[in-house]
Amino acid sequence: MATPTQHHKRRRLSPALHDVADELLFLILDRVAADDPRALKSFALASRACHAAEARHRRLLRAFRADLLPAALARYPTVPRLDLSLCPRVTDASLAALSTAPSVSAVDLSRSRGFGAAGLTALVAACPNLTDLDLSNGLDFTDAGAAEVAKARRLQRLSLSRCKQLTDMGLGCIAVGCPDLRELSLKWCIGVTHMGLDLLALKCKKLKILDLSYTMIVKNCFPAIMKLQNLEVLILVGCNGIDDDALDSLDQECSKSLQVLDMSNSYNVTHVGVLSVVNAMPNLLELNLSYCCPVTPSMSSSFKMIHKLQTLKLDGCQFMPDGLKSIGKSCVSLRELSLSKCSGVTDTYLSFAVSRLKNLLKLDITCCRKITDVSLAAITSSCPSLISLRMESCSLVSSEGMHLIGKHCSHLEELDLTDNDLDDECLKALSGCRKLSSLKIGICLRISDEGLNHISKSCSDLREIDLYRSGGISDVGVTHIAQGCPMLESINLSYCTKITDRSLRSLSKCIKLNTLEIRGCPMVSSAGLSEIATGCRLLSKLDIKKCFEINDLGMIFLSQFSHSLRQVLTLSSVNVIIAIPCFTIVLITY
Amino acid sequence: MESGLGRSSETSLKASPSMASNTSRNTDLDQQGGRFNSMDQSFFARPGQSFPAFPPLFGVQSSSLYLPDDNEAKIGNQFEPNPSLNNPTVDWDPQVMLSNLSFLEQKIKQVKDIVQSMSSRESQVAGGSSEVQAKQQLVTADLTCIIIQLISTAGSLLPSMKNPLLSSNPAVRHLSNTLGSPMGFGSSCNQRPSSNNEVTIPDITKTPDYEELMNSFNTATQGESDELMKCQNSCGGEGSEPIPMEDHDVKESDDGGEGENLPPGSYVVLQLEKEEILAPHTHFCLICGKGFKRDANLRMHMRGHGDEYKTPAALAKPSKDSSSEPAPVTRYSCPYVGCKRNKEHRKFQPLKTILCVKNHYKRSHCDKSYTCSRCNTKKFSVIADLKTHEKHCGRDKWLCSCGTTFSRKDKLFGHVALFQGHTPALPMDDVKVTGASEQSPDSEAMNNMVGSIVYNFAGSSSDDIPNLDMKMADDTRYFSPLCIDPCFGGLDDFTRPGFDISENPFSFLPSGSCSFEPQNGDS
Repeated sequence: MATPTQHHKRRRLSPALHDVADELLFLILDRVAADDPRALKSFALASRACHAAEARHRRLLRAFRADLLPAALARYPTVPRLDLSLCPRVTDASLAALSTAPSVSAVDLSRSRGFGAAGLTALVAACPNLTDLDLSNGLDFTDAGAAEVAKARRLQRLSLSRCKQLTDMGLGCIAVGCPDLRELSLKWCIGVTHMGLDLLALKCKKLKILDLSYTMIVKNCFPAIMKLQNLEVLILVGCNGIDDDALDSLDQECSKSLQVLDMSNSYNVTHVGVLSVVNAMPNLLELNLSYCCPVTPSMSSSFKMIHKLQTLKLDGCQFMPDGLKSIGKSCVSLRELSLSKCSGVTDTYLSFAVSRLKNLLKLDITCCRKITDVSLAAITSSCPSLISLRMESCSLVSSEGMHLIGKHCSHLEELDLTDNDLDDECLKALSGCRKLSSLKIGICLRISDEGLNHISKSCSDLREIDLYRSGGISDVGVTHIAQGCPMLESINLSYCTKITDRSLRSLSKCIKLNTLEIRGCPMVSSAGLSEIATGCRLLSKLDIKKCFEINDLGMIFLSQFSHSLRQVLTLSSVNVIIAIPCFTIVLITY
Repeated sequence: MESGLGRSSETSLKASPSMASNTSRNTDLDQQGGRFNSMDQSFFARPGQSFPAFPPLFGVQSSSLYLPDDNEAKIGNQFEPNPSLNNPTVDWDPQVMLSNLSFLEQKIKQVKDIVQSMSSRESQVAGGSSEVQAKQQLVTADLTCIIIQLISTAGSLLPSMKNPLLSSNPAVRHLSNTLGSPMGFGSSCNQRPSSNNEVTIPDITKTPDYEELMNSFNTATQGESDELMKCQNSCGGEGSEPIPMEDHDVKESDDGGEGENLPPGSYVVLQLEKEEILAPHTHFCLICGKGFKRDANLRMHMRGHGDEYKTPAALAKPSKDSSSEPAPVTRYSCPYVGCKRNKEHRKFQPLKTILCVKNHYKRSHCDKSYTCSRCNTKKFSVIADLKTHEKHCGRDKWLCSCGTTFSRKDKLFGHVALFQGHTPALPMDDVKVTGASEQSPDSEAMNNMVGSIVYNFAGSSSDDIPNLDMKMADDTRYFSPLCIDPCFGGLDDFTRPGFDISENPFSFLPSGSCSFEPQNGDS
């Protein structure tokens, strides 16, 4: 008797689902997935119609085993993205087994090895609409493979980072074969020279983003690159072949489209070369000169020729006297300024600079050890709209400075106060930053559960909290955080020696938690870990080094439930680390 | 007479080293038997006597003269009756005669001027013996010219004399050579308008006047419709039938003179004969007749002929010239009529050196007789080109999709940049190797995978999945890349209760389709 009614119900439900437009249905499913990522599974199990709807809704297929790809593609015929980054080994045979999948437009093979040119031939043949291909870390990737990739004529985005065997020949094939290319990464492609780049610039006129970091390029590749009319982003990190002479060869205003230039770690560039860059690229929005050269006043005043400059990164630079001051004078439109690990940043210069930079949204003064409350007063008073402030290890800043932050910077979303002189009172003041989503208060030995209570009450949007070596924290504080911040995704409790399984039990209620670091917490045991494993099903990174109470039992729970785990840092004292679908295990042996 | 002529030839030879090689030709001629001896005697006294006096200067100026190997053949040609000469009346042209005579007049006047200048300066100049010598030589040369021109003019007048004159042509030339008179008439009598320039020795052209005249003469002889030429044609033996002027604009790469833009009158144009160009040797030993390519080799060779050749002076590299006058700019013309390098071409581009002439002529107008032994396709006419090619032959590793090969990568990339749709191609063997090795497993796997879709998972699964897995198809552990069971041993009692079977959305699905983990749907 029961069977007919069930049948009847199913029949009634299916037409109802059919009546709903796919767009609406997908919106509902999006909402459902945002609340509970595993809800989609349940939905797909409800009926055939739901199953089909879920199949249509899926945008990404992240396979654990490449040899089962054909079946997966049969289950999800409309999925556009194929992520094989969890398959460390993808053989030519498994790629050859792919049947035609016209829906697939993006394939990620960045962490896979074991396939060659033949596999790529099959992949390109199976995915006629391929527009996005990531072949990073392809140490076996050769020119023959590049010739096969070149057959994907619709390719728009291609990453070949660390394909060290690639030469101009392969790049030439790709340049001729993929005229629609918009984004190309040739990072660490040390075999590529100006000849290949010349051809690339000639054939791929639509190129917008070009990454040439750590390549051996020299001066003579510039003319071709500068001819790219649509180039917006040029990454030249660590290109030691680029020096002042090379930059001097740039013509005045040679590239009007370029918006982002990253030349960090280019040791052979001095202020002379920077001046040439500034003259050549007047429309830059972002300039990264980290770890390049000392910042002189003339250099920083030349920045005023880039009217629209919004982001300036000068990490690790040595500031000459008045160098920072003239940044304040010349870059008034600046929204993001990064000065981490700079020497020569003093209260006088910094407070002068920030007083002119009214639009500043992000400021990084990590390890600027000379600054005091004076600077902080200037920052908080002149940049009230600041959303990100990173000031790790600014040890001269006292708790008064922290109070100023809490009082004035109510828009702060990201705050890094690691290794500062912080106490519970400061945290109470900081709870005025209600929009905080990331808070790093590691190595603040004076904070306690009470401070965390203030944070948890006001910062309900908190997604990331770092309590590394904040030894005053106990289970009570962690419980406050876990209860007050349900959106928590990442928590670092390493070396908080007081915490026990109770903390983990409370954290297991944060279902979005994906990163948990409890290194060196001796009181945490397998029981706590099992709570995490069953509660936080999205957990992907776990650090349980030096948690000597955790044994095989905890690992078994992990293997059973944490299917998202991708990285576990553990010790050899744990014997069973198997059966977790696909993750990287880092074993530390004594 | 003998002493006078001997002296003049001696002096001329001192100033004009080219004479040495001329004499070597004389030697050749003499050696060929006394065919012309009678005529020789009629024009000058015993040319053979003169050369022992100047062996040390032998073959000094290599560029001045390239002797044809096959004198015999050429002379034979000269004896061939020219059809145009059969009717003497046709050849007789008063206009030509007139121009010839006026030319002679001009020439005589010039010689007179030179002699006058010599006599006027004789009192002042004490130490200018070399200059005097040069002038003497100049006078001698001019006089020879005049004589020859006179003879040729007369020859055209007297039809009965034609044949004897013809036969005497080499001798006439001989005379001119011996006397150090390279100028036009001697050789032009031989109907070799090209070779008149070959012996235009720079050293002779001492006075600006003379040079001017030379140039004018050169241009005159170059003139296509020059009547003088016609006259010579008529009197000479070697029928030079008019060759239609075509533009044989052969593409030349490194024949020299490409880049320079000398104004047409500013240099002396020399033209060698084909035979001279193709001659293997340019320097000949006067004593044994052995030929050499290099003057230095000849000098080394000469040491074997006696102690007099071992003196430092004899062995030293002859200096360009001792006189203060700079040598006039000399350029060369290709004897191939219609070639752009031929002086009669409208856009004449001269060749810079003798070597350029040789290479140009061989490359452009000769058969390509040297074939590369490796590729058996490339042919060359200059052996050096073959050697250069052989160095790189088979190394054309840069390949375009159109099949063109390049020895240099930048050339390939230039080619690819130029042509739409062409792409760099990898060497075939590389591609073949990878392609072939993967081919069979691929198709096999394809079949397997097709099977797996049809629920036949166990049978089709790859080797690393034990059939054991089939039993636990509903188990989540099934999705692990590793096989759990051997490791877990007795853990089943623990894992089973904890396992929530409803978690698996695919429990009702064919096992083969559950190949992914459907978490993080939109991440």
